[in-house]
Amino acid sequence: MHTKSLTELAQGLRSGEFSSVELTQHFLKRIKQYHDLNTYITVTEEIALQNAIAADARLASGQGAALTGIPMAQKDIFCTLDIKTSCGSKMLDNFIAPYNATVVEKFNQAGAVLLGKLNMDEFAMGSSNETSYYGAVKNPWNINTVPGGSSGGSGAAVASRLASCATGTDTGGSIRQPAAHCGITGLKPTYGRVSRYGMIAYASSLDQGGPMARSAEDAAILLQTMAGFDPKDSTSVDLSVPDYSAGLNNSLAGLKIGLPKEFFSTDLNSDMAATLKTAINEYRKLGAEIKEVSMPNLKLAIPAYYVIAPAECSANLSRFDGVRFGYRCENPVDLTDLYTRSRGEGFGKEVKRRILMGTYALSTGYYDAYYVKAQKIRRLISDDFKNALTEVDVIMGPVTPTPAFGIGEKIADPIEMYLSDIYTIAINLAGLPALSIPAGFINDLPVGLQIIGNYFTEDRLLNIAHQYQQVTDWHQHTPKGFE
Amino acid sequence: MEWETVIGLEIHTQLATQSKIFSGASTAYGAEPNTQACAVDLGLPGVLPVLNEEAVRMAVIFGMAIEAHIAPYSVFARKNYFYPDLPKGYQISQMDHPIVGQGHLDIEVEGVTKRIGITRAHLEEDAGKSLHESFHGLTGIDLNRAGTPLLEIVSEPDMRSAKEAVAYMRKLHELVRYLGICDGNMQEGSFRCDANVSVRPKGQQAFGTRAEIKNINSFKFVEKAINHEIERQIELIENGGKVVQETRLYDSVKDETRSMRSKEEANDYRYFPDPDLLPVLIDKAFKAQIKANLPELPQAKKLRFKTDYQLDEESATILTTSRPLADYFEATLKASQSEPRLCANWITGDLSAALNKAGLEITDSLISDERLAGLLKRISDNTISGKIAKQVFEVLWQSPATADEIIAEQGLKQITDTGAIEAIIDKIIADNQGQVEQYRSGKDKVFAFFVGQVMKEMKGKANPAEVNKLLKNKLQG
Repeated sequence: MHTKSLTELAQGLRSGEFSSVELTQHFLKRIKQYHDLNTYITVTEEIALQNAIAADARLASGQGAALTGIPMAQKDIFCTLDIKTSCGSKMLDNFIAPYNATVVEKFNQAGAVLLGKLNMDEFAMGSSNETSYYGAVKNPWNINTVPGGSSGGSGAAVASRLASCATGTDTGGSIRQPAAHCGITGLKPTYGRVSRYGMIAYASSLDQGGPMARSAEDAAILLQTMAGFDPKDSTSVDLSVPDYSAGLNNSLAGLKIGLPKEFFSTDLNSDMAATLKTAINEYRKLGAEIKEVSMPNLKLAIPAYYVIAPAECSANLSRFDGVRFGYRCENPVDLTDLYTRSRGEGFGKEVKRRILMGTYALSTGYYDAYYVKAQKIRRLISDDFKNALTEVDVIMGPVTPTPAFGIGEKIADPIEMYLSDIYTIAINLAGLPALSIPAGFINDLPVGLQIIGNYFTEDRLLNIAHQYQQVTDWHQHTPKGFE
Repeated sequence: MEWETVIGLEIHTQLATQSKIFSGASTAYGAEPNTQACAVDLGLPGVLPVLNEEAVRMAVIFGMAIEAHIAPYSVFARKNYFYPDLPKGYQISQMDHPIVGQGHLDIEVEGVTKRIGITRAHLEEDAGKSLHESFHGLTGIDLNRAGTPLLEIVSEPDMRSAKEAVAYMRKLHELVRYLGICDGNMQEGSFRCDANVSVRPKGQQAFGTRAEIKNINSFKFVEKAINHEIERQIELIENGGKVVQETRLYDSVKDETRSMRSKEEANDYRYFPDPDLLPVLIDKAFKAQIKANLPELPQAKKLRFKTDYQLDEESATILTTSRPLADYFEATLKASQSEPRLCANWITGDLSAALNKAGLEITDSLISDERLAGLLKRISDNTISGKIAKQVFEVLWQSPATADEIIAEQGLKQITDTGAIEAIIDKIIADNQGQVEQYRSGKDKVFAFFVGQVMKEMKGKANPAEVNKLLKNKLQG
């Protein structure tokens, strides 16, 4: 059952081939069986079974939506009513959210079954899932490598079939990079497409939730549930949501694909370049035209990101002060002690590093030199994309510089770690939608192809990804031992 | 040496919206602690602010009333600092792009009108309250107030005395209540003031170093705090010391200000635009709609009262000090169809005196505009005299009866029947022949004696004009 697509699962549930309870029990069993991957922070077994019973009743009465009765999992960054929402941090290890994130609410209304909350880098800060308070997640393709991050639990759980699909969030590549490392399909929607309400903020102007699934077809079903304007999120966009599944089979004839020369410079690993070239060639066969484009400011994306994201996070994480919720140090002697020890003990190293960087960048005397400058660069990068996207329909490139790296390999060197996101970060700065699809293997590790589109063209991106998945089977591969 | 004082005020007015500036929780005052704080106000992980349009509307109303530039584009920023009653660890405020730009307000001190510049006014959220009492050494936090909308109004350093500062504050207080954007309740903290005070030798252009006195919540304390601070600074300088830039607190019990923190200890608030909120865009249509519904401002109202109702400067000024008072006047006038000056006199006279004595505001008056109008009607149509009217007024104040009921019940209807008055006059003339002789021999003063006798006999109900006329005729024989 765990090998089926969402559409097949929905059919199986409706035809009576299996019930939601059976399906849910099956996934719960697998979660226990592959516990060592450390993909889940919380498994909500009881709730999952309750959801499944309700879903079976709904299906029996001939009702139900595409996801009714389908067991999925949420990244532990989305607040879930009465369920621990840790955000991968000791700070929130005791935090039971008193409300549901809008995204969670939407899955509940759709009748999806919640299997649990997925592991992630602490407060979504990391590219390897190693910063999680709950320990590193192992990549099912090679348990000595990282699954990527920050949505590492989501990537690994979907790849190892411990959930039919999952949610992720992407601030600088946190959906696309783990999707690439785990050989699944991950979509970061346009900023504003999916509500951020109840999604614990890392960098508010960059954070965006999105689907992580086995295929573009599955991702379309997930996004259909997640997308839409939310009056509770001022930055969500009041724009009608298209039918993401309807256009999946549209022809790609005449599609103009841009390849930024900056993405394919000599810096790109030759195996990577070769794999991507093969993938892009498939598109040529599907009728697409390939064109080189240039985005001269891309090289500034990482430094700009590492000013803007930490600056925003330095304020976003101020609420974790030990006063109202979350971790509080033992026996504080006074207010300052309460603050410094609660935060000092509650946050991990990478989180502290980013809070400090951000605090510095916003301080008097540095604000113009860092924050204001970074915002200007952000504008330049957006303009680069805007210009390129007047010449071509989509932009393609790598998701990551290399396939999944080893656990422990980069964690001691933050700069090296930050460079893992060199191909994904600029897209967040521009607020554009982009997805990662499996496009081959290097040394038995999956490689992702990134497809970047214009604002609110998720439907086109899914169509482009789906067409590729009709002529290739990279997305069908399952890691050994998890079949 | 002669010194000149320079004062600028920052006034926080709590906007009278139903719900908070970034959440749907109620802003009502006085609820049980933390019962009016929702997930957004508590700063729970994942929550997001959504701007209350009503707060924007009120800020724009204020901007128009002070003839300020209304920013077509304004931005909310995060002001970062840690405090237990600040749930998010930052306050959402406005920094570089406030919603209201430069404007002004005219004040009057000792008959002289002076224009005070207003630098800006910006929207922000209030913090909660720390409760230090009754927690045995611990501090309680009440977040009911967290997220209440504030409009911070910053003046230019245009005031030169505590009196001017108080006049400005009063004028502003009157204005925001007029506009209906703030209830002005200073005890509940709806209208709070920070004063920036410095002194310089008279004639010097450059400003002296200023001290900021925080959170003064009454007109009386503003005057006292500023005067105290002026004295402190002058004394300090004259003794060879230097004023340091700092924040000071006014202690109303000891009547002194004391240092809270120096400039060096001041927070670096690390303002930056709040990425959770979009810039506020105000277009012409929005402004036009507000302008069309802008209430009449005090100055305009006063002028209209003077021209339309022929009121004198003093009455017009008093009646327009507050919108409810002006409304009361106009409602009474309309209902009574009386002479405007008569109406004004009753309100600024007897009614104001009664309100003052009882410590009540016009909105809590024990005599409604309708009941007062009932009294004025009877004065106007000569049913009762002014003197009797005062008696009726007393009863009106103490009972729910109407003037007509009181007049009927107590038989106060004025006697205008000349026959009845003549009969009494004849009797009194007959009984007081000595006085009649005196009058006839040229002692005009005796006339008052006769009036008094007639009135006494008729229990004050005789029409005085009629009495005068008839008496004169009869006495002249």
